Amino acid sequence: MNVVEITHLTKDYRTGFWFHKRRRALEDLSLTVQAGEIFGFLGPNGAGKTTTLKILMGLIRPTAGKARILGCPIDHVQMHQEIGFLPENPYFYEYLTGREYLIYTAELFGRGRAAAQSRAVELMEMVRLEESLKIPLRKFSKGMIQRIGIAQALINDPRIVFLDEPMSGLDPVGRREVRDIIMNLRARGVTVFFSSHILADVESLCDRVAILNRGRLLDIGRLTEILRMEVSALEVMAKDVQAVTLERLQQLGGQTHAIGDRLHITLPDDRSLLEVIMTVQEGGGKVISVNPVRESLEEFFLKRIDAQYVSSHQYAQAGSEISR
Amino acid sequence: MRKVLIIARTTFKENIRDKILYNLLFFTLAIIGVSVALGQVSIGHEQKIIIDMSLSAISLFGTLIAIFIGTGLVYKELDKRTIYNLISKPVRRSEFILGKYLGLMSTLLVNLALMSAGAYLALWLLGKSVQSEFLYVLAAVYAIFLQLMLVTAIALMFSTFSTPVLSAVFTFALWVIGHFSTEMKRLADILRSAVTGHICVALSYALPNFSNFTISGRENLLKSAAHFHAPQLTTLMLATAYGFLYSALLLTLAVFIFQKRDFK
Repeated sequence: MNVVEITHLTKDYRTGFWFHKRRRALEDLSLTVQAGEIFGFLGPNGAGKTTTLKILMGLIRPTAGKARILGCPIDHVQMHQEIGFLPENPYFYEYLTGREYLIYTAELFGRGRAAAQSRAVELMEMVRLEESLKIPLRKFSKGMIQRIGIAQALINDPRIVFLDEPMSGLDPVGRREVRDIIMNLRARGVTVFFSSHILADVESLCDRVAILNRGRLLDIGRLTEILRMEVSALEVMAKDVQAVTLERLQQLGGQTHAIGDRLHITLPDDRSLLEVIMTVQEGGGKVISVNPVRESLEEFFLKRIDAQYVSSHQYAQAGSEISR
Repeated sequence: MRKVLIIARTTFKENIRDKILYNLLFFTLAIIGVSVALGQVSIGHEQKIIIDMSLSAISLFGTLIAIFIGTGLVYKELDKRTIYNLISKPVRRSEFILGKYLGLMSTLLVNLALMSAGAYLALWLLGKSVQSEFLYVLAAVYAIFLQLMLVTAIALMFSTFSTPVLSAVFTFALWVIGHFSTEMKRLADILRSAVTGHICVALSYALPNFSNFTISGRENLLKSAAHFHAPQLTTLMLATAYGFLYSALLLTLAVFIFQKRDFK
């Protein structure tokens, strides 16, 4: 079942003093998100990720196209009862305490005062802010604000959560906790739609990803589908390798580089693997590990973005030649 | 309506925790103190001077609060992007505008109540007795409240599409012009050009007319309270209807503009 359906979504921003110029932020975006999956929305800064999320949240209106969440059009106010949203770099009322803000949010979802209070405390505990119940939000650090942001996005026990750069501003421990929260949401059947440019997070969490650049969708699918899963190289890690052995390893086609007392030997394929291992051992060294190297999401992402840049550059060049 | 009240309560909380509000309140109370001192040197007219100065201070500071906080109400939410968290919830944009408006109005109501209490305290300190005519002052305070309702609606309407500085300038300009609506009609009679005359009449009806809240019959409502004259009930009722209708119109316009906005 599709819980998010985006069809030919386009957004132009009017710019200039008289608002006569147009800047296209999103072009003809179509995608669907299925119930219960973690969907990663990837792209560099300015790719159109936040624009898409703002359209879905009803903060801006699309120039063309339409979108539906849980089968309802996006301007359907009641549909928001079922969704949670964390904006990028969120801001909250600084004069309220974290607890007061969560109570306020819970009440907007129709909870009574007592229910709102207990839900607020429950979520403050979940995001590890139980010690900061009475501290005004103006005194919160960036990481604490991000945690409150996640708490308010979950206050209504939503069926879908939209998170715009949820790891932003968090230290490694905080990022780990957010990852755990997201995994926990999936375990409960909640759909998570999150945008990020931190590829490691996306790679470790998402069922499916969409890659966006300059407002256009470049790829969409399961990570195993869009990444080439075949082994592109082999990496042998060894230690105590002598200088003489190093020369022999290079003759066998291995690219070597040392990190500390360890030597990394990269081989293009497995043809000389056995010989490399034996050479290391005969020279008094020890093989620590042998790992297949697969294309990472980062490599794929950068390759796709570069390809789009080159093709658009060529297109622009061709265009200027035609006009000449 | 429940969501409107929740937003109003939070806006009220924001205003109360805002230190600027306390400063204005303190200043108003100081002015009332000065009026007591002045009253003591003006033999026979002490009560009149206290009421006159207190009502003027209540009106002036109420208007300043309405303009300066009202013009920032929506802008601040957009500037600090707190609006993202609100509009993404099951909240209509109209509920947001109404909640903000009611929040500021409840702040102004509390302020009026405190300032009026200060004025009554000054009167009591002076005479050590309470006269039934003192109640007429409340009618004048009510008229000021109606006036503030309209000023806040104007400020809020401008703040849906403009910066606080520009909104404050526009609201203040309308507030000044609105005190000269009667003069504008008179100008239309004097002018020889029929077209300009019609424009003047049209403007005097279209722009908010603040004399509706200050003039009772032939008397100035604030002055008549100082002279312990009973206000005309029909004037107060007409002022109430005018204040509510005009404010409702402006709020509808504010909602209409706000509905069209993109929150970039």
